[in-house]
Amino acid sequence: MRNVVPVLTVVATLIALWYAGAVALNAPWAYDKAARAEVTLTFPELVADTWSQEKPKLPAPHQVATEIWNTTGAMIASGRPFSKRSLIYHSWITFSSTALGFLLGTALGTLLAIGIVYNRTMDMSVMPWVIASQTIPILAIAPMIIVVLNAVGISGLLPKAMISMYLSFFPVVVGMVKGLRSPSQMQLDQMRTWNASRSQTFWKLRLPSSMPYFFTSLKIAMAASLVGAIVGELPTGAVAGLGARLLAGSYYGQTIQIWSALIMAATLAAVLVGLIGLIQRITLRRMGMAA
Amino acid sequence: MQDAQATSTASPVIAARDLSLTFQTNDGPVHALKDVTLDVQKGDFVSFIGPSGCGKTTFLRCMADLEHPTGGSISVNGMTPAEARQRRAYGYVFQAAGLYPWRTIGGNIRLPLEIMGYSKSDQNARIARVLELVDLAGFEKKFPWQLSGGMQQRASIARALAFDADILLMDEPFGALDEIVRDHLNEQLLHLWDRTNKTICFVTHSIPEAVYLSTKIVVMSPRPGRIADVIESTLPRERPLDIRDTPEFLEIAHRVRDGLRSGHSYEG
Ligand SMILES: Nc1ncnc2c1ncn2[C@@H]1O[C@H](COP(=O)(O)OP(=O)(O)OP(=O)(O)O)[C@@H](O)[C@H]1O
Ligand SMILES: [Mg+2]
Repeated sequence: MRNVVPVLTVVATLIALWYAGAVALNAPWAYDKAARAEVTLTFPELVADTWSQEKPKLPAPHQVATEIWNTTGAMIASGRPFSKRSLIYHSWITFSSTALGFLLGTALGTLLAIGIVYNRTMDMSVMPWVIASQTIPILAIAPMIIVVLNAVGISGLLPKAMISMYLSFFPVVVGMVKGLRSPSQMQLDQMRTWNASRSQTFWKLRLPSSMPYFFTSLKIAMAASLVGAIVGELPTGAVAGLGARLLAGSYYGQTIQIWSALIMAATLAAVLVGLIGLIQRITLRRMGMAA
Repeated sequence: MQDAQATSTASPVIAARDLSLTFQTNDGPVHALKDVTLDVQKGDFVSFIGPSGCGKTTFLRCMADLEHPTGGSISVNGMTPAEARQRRAYGYVFQAAGLYPWRTIGGNIRLPLEIMGYSKSDQNARIARVLELVDLAGFEKKFPWQLSGGMQQRASIARALAFDADILLMDEPFGALDEIVRDHLNEQLLHLWDRTNKTICFVTHSIPEAVYLSTKIVVMSPRPGRIADVIESTLPRERPLDIRDTPEFLEIAHRVRDGLRSGHSYEG
């Protein structure tokens, strides 16, 4: 509860700044209109206009909130939560490729990390490629993945999930390599005195030791997956998903639509990362490792 | 004198012959052990004492197959250390307790038992027995961070006692404990040794501890690490704590101190 006051103060400040910014950025257009209609604006009239334009440079918070409500809550109220105009529908599309890409990325990242920790050749050969893979801009590679997979007859969810996977396996590899190597020399010696097999050492020592690293990686991977899913929606012709809403919004100058999609994406990211944080807390507490 | 012993008894549990180990470091070779010859008989309680860096830990690690000698030979139970390790011939107590933070005390003791494939009911019986032995009954469900340092060290000793190894290698297990707890654990360790007839190799920096516990005290000297003296204890097997005030005890302690001193002058 002690955190509530400072958090609310920051939020209120941000919203105030946002409103002020809306006035500043949208004022030229308001003056333009006034000049054409040959009227002069009083300051209250100016403010009222900048906060209610149809295609403002920066929509005011309540405009975005109204748009989000109209495309979510109102849709549910009218019994059409999954209509094509609903942000719930688009969020769901983006979420499903995020989730699939995240799972694939986590699996790939974990497997690579195990390979790197247990195999000298992989240790020396794989890591440079893993790092190189992340230096290629995702915007350059995303259309190629979509086109290539389309050519072999794979379309829909999987190509987008592949892009999410491409972004999300990286933090998992890096975190898990560090985590699996975190047991001390003494702990490894101890296992040796008991003549533990490699798999016993893995399951009973290396894997549990890596859990704090694992969850930290998962949080980054989840955020990266969401970025991947949105980027993956752009070259598909902007049919569905939050990425598609962003693209369609920018075609037609629908800034309010862009901002609502952005805020939906941010909310989705916060919920997903928060969910991992919750699982992390429960798991580590049950393991007696709560920090 | 050492050689006479070696030939007089049939099969020592641990037999080192001209054992040498040189670490190659960036600052040149470090002779951690040089030409160490020693026999440990079944049921012996052998203490290793000597200044820091004289190779006590290294010697113990050679017995445990955690370090590979660069010269000479060493056998454990008549086998190579590697074979002995694979047959789980010894329990090793490290200087730090090294309990897994995500396992309870009971879970930590269960760990080697799981690895060695003991049945579930056998595991439970053994955990209860060794916890009793180290005075930790009732702490099975606690996590290591809920215990004091001394209790954690006792738990780690319990873990090394839980499986059937007749050799116990202990590297300064009581180094970090206060005098009173240490006395108590020393007494318990002696009882345990007496009852189980285990062979124990024990590294310590404390002369009274070495004399109180051991049937044989190995005094080592550094650079290169070698054995300066081997002192056979004349104390009886049954040792109450106040035996430490007897002239016999003080006489042995005196010999150990002399051994340590001559080790130092050897260095200079
Ligand atoms: N892994 C290693 N690499 C290089 N040198 C080592 C290594 N382990 C030990 N040494 C060196 O070998 C010598 C003996 O070390 P050891 O740990 O056996 O001493 P010790 O008698 O156990 O000392 P202490 O009483 O401080 O524990 C030291 O000079 C040490 O620096
Ligand atoms: Mg040591």
